[in-house]
Amino acid sequence: MATAAEMSTEPVSARGGPLLDVRNLHVEFRTREGVARAVNGVDYAVDAGETLAVLGESGSGKSVTAQAIMGILDSPPGFVTQGQVLFHGEDLLKFGTEQRRKVRGARMAMIFQDALSALNPVLNVGEQLGEMFTVHRGLSRKDARAKAVELMERVRIPAAKERVRSYPHQFSGGMRQRVMIAMAMALEPELIIADEPTTALDVTVQAQVMDLLAELQREYNMGLILITHDLGVVADVADKIAVMYAGRIVETSPVHDIYRAPAHPYTKGLLDSIPRVDQKGQELYAIKGLPPNLLHIPPGCAFHPRCPLAQDICRTKIPPLYRVSEVRASACHFWKECIGDDRPAADKT
Amino acid sequence: MGRYVIRRLLQMIPVFIGSTFLIFFMVYALGDPVAALFGDRAPDPATAAQIRNELHLNDPLWKQYLLYMKNIFSGDFGTAFNGQSVTSLMGSAFPVTIRLTIVAIIFEIIIGITLGVITGMRRGKPVDTGVLLLTLIVISVPTFVTGYVLQYLFGVQLKWTAPSVSPEAPFNELILPGLVLALVSLAYVTRLTRTSIAENTRADYLRTAVAKGLPRRRIIIRHLLRNSLIPVVTFIGTDVGFLMGGAIVTERIFNIHGVGFQLYQGILRNNAPTVVGFVTILVLVFLLANLLVDLLYAVLDPRIRYA
Repeated sequence: MATAAEMSTEPVSARGGPLLDVRNLHVEFRTREGVARAVNGVDYAVDAGETLAVLGESGSGKSVTAQAIMGILDSPPGFVTQGQVLFHGEDLLKFGTEQRRKVRGARMAMIFQDALSALNPVLNVGEQLGEMFTVHRGLSRKDARAKAVELMERVRIPAAKERVRSYPHQFSGGMRQRVMIAMAMALEPELIIADEPTTALDVTVQAQVMDLLAELQREYNMGLILITHDLGVVADVADKIAVMYAGRIVETSPVHDIYRAPAHPYTKGLLDSIPRVDQKGQELYAIKGLPPNLLHIPPGCAFHPRCPLAQDICRTKIPPLYRVSEVRASACHFWKECIGDDRPAADKT
Repeated sequence: MGRYVIRRLLQMIPVFIGSTFLIFFMVYALGDPVAALFGDRAPDPATAAQIRNELHLNDPLWKQYLLYMKNIFSGDFGTAFNGQSVTSLMGSAFPVTIRLTIVAIIFEIIIGITLGVITGMRRGKPVDTGVLLLTLIVISVPTFVTGYVLQYLFGVQLKWTAPSVSPEAPFNELILPGLVLALVSLAYVTRLTRTSIAENTRADYLRTAVAKGLPRRRIIIRHLLRNSLIPVVTFIGTDVGFLMGGAIVTERIFNIHGVGFQLYQGILRNNAPTVVGFVTILVLVFLLANLLVDLLYAVLDPRIRYA
């Protein structure tokens, strides 16, 4: 993935600045039970040609952040209460509904997890792909269909000409996800957000789909936000990683540094809980406890009830993002201890 | 698909035979048609015996049934006791009822679906609660109450329409009766559409449609409605069969000489040929309507394929 890393160092947009720059984003869900603070001040940036992997458990706010960027948050109950989503330096949150709609799909697109439910069951894939061209580009239905076939060929769906009239349920899981990718790629957007694009697939198919996505990204020099909880996928394709916990970023780092020496106990816990061949037969490590209830996020560092390094300060003071190095940051008061400690977290108690 | 249709048509044969035999058995075995023919007067035994012979009433029931079926398939539904052939009664009654059904279905589609879409998209808002309450009332109040109330209100008080329908029963006179007939189904269509819309609004594919940057109108019509109306369309389809035969109360209230009216008269006077004939046709209509609904379902939802 060296090529992608090289590209990220190139100047990316005429206005300077990164392609996408999310600043201090806050999202909350106002439910009957109370206000769930799903995203609490997220900052991250993606350049053209760069892949940012956003990692975290379910409920960590990684998908909600993505929905807020796309502008597809269910509102109500979801509201962006603070922050900026700068796309080429322009704040999308200040755009009108219609202006925002024209960005969606055309300049930034999203790939969803489960293609079977994310595709419309009663429209054939040709219609669903072609719709991008008829709506955004004003093409005729016939031309749009031809474009759809072209797209399907580009994502290497065999017999695209015949299959363009098939319905989503008539495709295999992998082929369906390729349709999903084709739909996101249709108008050659500058940014793609892939929300767990391979989670619903067989392991063998996962690699193929991931490779395809990475290849298309290189070809079109797109920015890619890859939301996942699969650390294996991340290592292969991502340039940098942002780890999220309880709606905050707890660690950001270039991908290889994080595997070598995680600077946050949560990241460390995640890495230690990957099954490894050389530890066969041993009990698999799991981070103790459960992710916090977003209605009642613990005071101080949200991770402290589950953290092996927790001290008194962690219960009272929310850790800022400490600079670990030129390119790394960690929201842990004890990042130095964490980074210098290479024993698995499980041995320390 | 072709094989499925053939199989379904073949399945209709035993259902048809069973249901018609049941009706035949009930109507002929439980009453004495000859006594009914003479009304209150006791018939002259010799005449009665002669009529019995002519009508094959002395034959065993299964033989009568076979004879009846043979006649039906040659287009002869027998003669009503007033001398009119049952087929001519049908010829005058069915067009009227069909017109009434059309009016009712149009009300169901236009009002029912519109209300359903509005409430489904504004769940929990005052419109939703109001309409929901209204549908509950409509479903709870029997047709003869709503029928008489509306007839009195619009026909007698406001004089917007004639309180009863002329024998020709043109469309404009059938608007109010059509509404009355449609009311209960209309309430069900509203609720069904509402639930279906509400369910599909939360569906993943709808979020995809939004993420694609489609305009709101297109999202609603092409993605939301296209999916949500599948159960509604099938309900309305089944309702056609139901409305055709279930109009007895409405037709009585507005004095419409349709199928329900004739059936009612037939039952009242123990007029066996009329009752059996009409019910036989209604059974057929119901079976065909159900088959059409099943086929329509496959057309609307590509995931359903009959083999």
